[in-house]
Amino acid sequence: MTQSFIDLADVTLRYGGGTVALDHTNLKIDQGDFVALVGPSGCGKSTILKLVGGLLTPSSGAVIVGGREAGAPGARMHNPHAPRVRIGLAFQNPTMLPWLTIRENVMIPLKIVEPFRSEYARKKKGEFAERAEALLAQVGLKGFGDKRPWQLSGGMLQRASLCRALVHDPQLLLLDEPFGALDSFTREELWEIMQDLWITKRPTVLLVTHDLRESAYLANRICVMSSRPGRILEDRTVEFARPRTLESSYAPEFASLVQELRMRIAHARTDSDAKTAAAEALAARRVA
Amino acid sequence: MSAAPDSITPTVSPLPGTARSAKDVPMIVKEKFQFSPKTKRYILSALALIGFFLLWEMICLASGVSDLVLPRPSQIAVVLWQKFPLLWPHTVQTLYTTVVGFALGVLVGVVIGVIIGSSRLAYDVAYPLLVGFSSIPKVAVVPIFVVWFGSGTVPAILTSLVISIFPVVVNVATGLANTEPELEDVLKVLGASKTDILWNVGLPRALPYLFASLKIAITLSFVGTVLSETVAANKGIGTVMMIASGNFDVPLVFAGLFILAVLGVILYAVSAFIETRLTGWTQRKTDMAMT
Repeated sequence: MTQSFIDLADVTLRYGGGTVALDHTNLKIDQGDFVALVGPSGCGKSTILKLVGGLLTPSSGAVIVGGREAGAPGARMHNPHAPRVRIGLAFQNPTMLPWLTIRENVMIPLKIVEPFRSEYARKKKGEFAERAEALLAQVGLKGFGDKRPWQLSGGMLQRASLCRALVHDPQLLLLDEPFGALDSFTREELWEIMQDLWITKRPTVLLVTHDLRESAYLANRICVMSSRPGRILEDRTVEFARPRTLESSYAPEFASLVQELRMRIAHARTDSDAKTAAAEALAARRVA
Repeated sequence: MSAAPDSITPTVSPLPGTARSAKDVPMIVKEKFQFSPKTKRYILSALALIGFFLLWEMICLASGVSDLVLPRPSQIAVVLWQKFPLLWPHTVQTLYTTVVGFALGVLVGVVIGVIIGSSRLAYDVAYPLLVGFSSIPKVAVVPIFVVWFGSGTVPAILTSLVISIFPVVVNVATGLANTEPELEDVLKVLGASKTDILWNVGLPRALPYLFASLKIAITLSFVGTVLSETVAANKGIGTVMMIASGNFDVPLVFAGLFILAVLGVILYAVSAFIETRLTGWTQRKTDMAMT
């Protein structure tokens, strides 16, 4: 069997306080796929994202990304010499650096990731600036490159944040509720932009969201997770043709998919309500 | 001013500027030629300064207090004018030791602050030490410096250095610790090293904190220099003031104080100016928030 691009094998993650965020979770993602993780809040969706990004190390099990263990090189690494996968990351909060212009903010990954890093000093005024501008134009921010972050609205900053996540042509794009803080019009506009970006660049995308319409609109595959400790309850393929339009998101089969997901999550929540309550009581006692 | 005939509420006597008659229009236009808020602020602060000295002068004159106790500002001005050739080299000396001590203090402070701010362990280990050192009265340190380095410029520089380190360290460390964790994650995922994060995010983020501390450190630095000069030196404003008070030349003591205050204000203004130039992005942000 060939190895998947991303492979979480029997991963358990226990946080410092003893909270078990993930319990023997398995997930495989193929290269170029668009996968959405949905589930009740606190179920460990973001934890999976951080594991894949190498920001967390699993307590047990292995996280393999592009044939190599995720994260910084370490002694017990599975295949430390394989080239590191280029990853882009965007959060709900755009976190632009206020002392840089939007273009400079978008160019930050080029300053850090090879092979761009060694050419940065030479190309930052020419090729790299154009690259950033081209991306900004693609998300509808043409002409905003010289503005400062505080001059832009939340939706615009979020677009810039997407550009920053994509400017170094990542093979893997990690999105943690990137549209969560936006109004619904802006959000839907950004869905379309996101789909365009994915179709043109075809990175592998792992999207964490609790918006079920968003997951159904954007993803090829939707993984529904249980409450903490998170496990993947259901893995659905979304067959709708691309490019999907906002009109298509009101089609009956779309609505019924969203409805099914909703039921599944509601079920997952009641399933583990007792469990959660017990855990919360324990945590409260620990705090006191 | 008479009530306008077309006024909606003729029973109420109109306040100036609220009446709508054509006669009042020129007055409204005249209001446009007022000073801008900024000039107004400058004028007001200058007035406050002049008022302060005037009040001082008048209280002295009215109470007839002896100039051995509290000289009048005009007397101080005369002393400043007459003894300028004598005071000038001492002023230069004090300014020189303060600036050197301050610069070294900031340098050391930034280095310690970066170390403490970027590592939890260093923070825990070094903080008690740092607080301990900064709680030591600097008067007690000066004799030690004198024993080590002799009297004169060196202990003055060292005192000013030691006294200005603490605020810089604390602020730089705080600024570094304030980096958003999400942003750090974005960079870590890219494979950024600790140094990358420090240069691209940590240090620029800490810059406003550093400048806030510079304004405190520069005034403290003066305190350190003068302290050392009063204890062990033969040059500097501190020495002049010590000798003058020994001779009951109170106006000269006050002249020294005045020089110190002016120097302090000038250096403060310089650091404030550099601050606005280098960290304009924080200022613009607040400007935006206000409009």
